[in-house]
Amino acid sequence: METILLLAHVEADGSLAKSAREALRAARALNKTIAASNLFVALVGQSVQAAADSIAACPATKYFGAVGAELGHSRYATDAAAAQALCKAAQATIIVAPATSRWNRVLPGVAQRLGGRVDSHLTGIGAAAGKPTVSRWYYRQRMEATLTRMQRPWFMLIDPGSQTACDCGAGAAAVELVPVNLAEASRRTTVIGIRQPKADAQTIRPDAHLLFVAGAGWTKKQADGQTHVPEAEKLILDFLKVTRASLGSSKSLVDLGGEGQAVLPFLSHLNQIGQTGATPRHPKGLSTCCHGEEPHTVGWRFIGQRRAISLDPNCGWARGKADVLYVADAFAVISKANELLAANPSEI
Amino acid sequence: MNAFHIIVCGGLVPDPLQTLEPVTATTGPTLRNEMLLPAILDPWASHALYEAGHLARNAPGSKVWLVSLGPKAKLQQVMMTVAQKVPFELVALDGPASGFTEAADVAAALAESIQTIPGLDKSKLLLFGGWESASRGAGVTMQMVGERLDITDQFQGVDQLIVNADGSLEILERIEGGKHQVSKCAGPPALLGWATGNLPEPKNNPQTGMTNMRALMPALQKARLTKLAGEGLLFMGVTLPKELRATRIVKDKSPAEIAEEIAQWIKK
Repeated sequence: METILLLAHVEADGSLAKSAREALRAARALNKTIAASNLFVALVGQSVQAAADSIAACPATKYFGAVGAELGHSRYATDAAAAQALCKAAQATIIVAPATSRWNRVLPGVAQRLGGRVDSHLTGIGAAAGKPTVSRWYYRQRMEATLTRMQRPWFMLIDPGSQTACDCGAGAAAVELVPVNLAEASRRTTVIGIRQPKADAQTIRPDAHLLFVAGAGWTKKQADGQTHVPEAEKLILDFLKVTRASLGSSKSLVDLGGEGQAVLPFLSHLNQIGQTGATPRHPKGLSTCCHGEEPHTVGWRFIGQRRAISLDPNCGWARGKADVLYVADAFAVISKANELLAANPSEI
Repeated sequence: MNAFHIIVCGGLVPDPLQTLEPVTATTGPTLRNEMLLPAILDPWASHALYEAGHLARNAPGSKVWLVSLGPKAKLQQVMMTVAQKVPFELVALDGPASGFTEAADVAAALAESIQTIPGLDKSKLLLFGGWESASRGAGVTMQMVGERLDITDQFQGVDQLIVNADGSLEILERIEGGKHQVSKCAGPPALLGWATGNLPEPKNNPQTGMTNMRALMPALQKARLTKLAGEGLLFMGVTLPKELRATRIVKDKSPAEIAEEIAQWIKK
């Protein structure tokens, strides 16, 4: 009999993140599909009661918690000890968890400790002939595989944004607290804090409705034979400001910045999407001045509606990949779009 | 600065410009003509190697090893380029580099070979690798290698490592939303799965290449044959995305008209 454990960490404010609710929905779906399976919930954090209560109406029949000040931080050694203790307490055979940076870091190691296996960046969980199956992408989102495993425990890390979040209601959950033995060695690392750009300089917005992709064309010579980098910078930042879009970039543009050239200074490798960057999830995507083939376009594998602006009507980035390709000068189009959007910001 | 023993784990991946097509072999899924595809050192492992070289240069007495699992012929081909970037000693494992191999098996093979490196001092050990790969792309192998080597100070998505005067390590890890978590680790041993870091790709240095190649060829000849069982793992199917969008190409509109259309689309 399978025991399915939703394993999540609580946020600093004691709440459960949307990604945890998405994983819970996936765990519940698996629980419904596999006959006679159990569904349990395990939470890690400084305190977990509020988070457990917030999903108490879900069909889980047991709640486990690992709590303490040391577990309020995202740190491998302490997180591994807590996750290991919870999995053992629940006698879990399948552990479903959100693929957050915190869990991505630690749960593969916990799988190793428990003699299990782990699959990450999952985009789907299902069952075939009563056996659980998972779907994930290989070779940087270029091919999708469905697989199953015999080994247990099996850790399944669900990519945030790939599932619908559960809407379980609140209630009162009886949480069984599980002791975690933290060796002195587990405190060799201290979390100092979080570093982030100032709010108005943050260009990566995972929850944005729109992904704006800037390609290297913004820094190339334009029709007058000159580059217009300061103008490009202003146009892009104005667009982001008025639309609250998230900014992605091609590798070539980011690399130019890394090589010390004075181009679009607000771009970093964190903005990079594609073969060697991120594959963010947004409902809409607008690429500008991009060119290239498959390695670049995988960057918007998970973008819903896609439009592109390029001077090249045969642009490999757009043909067959975008819904609409505007053959036009992005400088002129974005300048006009900024005017229109700024005139009615409340409509966005 | 104290000296480090830096081990970089890095696999081979197909050149990203190649067209990839999955096929089913008797052993499971693989890529069509996989052995004929030009290969490169995995991009994130490459960043890890560049960071290792940079750190070793600034910490006299340090040494860098590159532990790589892949078909021997391909390793040799890739090392011709990689060897010109950074001084290192190769530990080669002759086995599959496919993304469809079992990460736990790969981790076991890597850990076993690391444990047999002569003269490795764990009190100086920094275990580097990519935080993901461009093949399996799971980001799970390094953690399992670390566990097998009893390294419980692990960091993933690393963009910066600063060695403080007291020997402690200050590490920036990528977290959600374009932010970094800053942590301080007492010192080695530690595992760092690198994202892109901040260093540009080093220029080819023929002298470094010649020095490396003297040791590389014997290392390749000694490469241990490594089989990955993949027990209990069953692929039910691997498919290319079939979706091909019917792209509407708009050529005849003015920038103002296009801007209006885009603005309306964004507002929907």
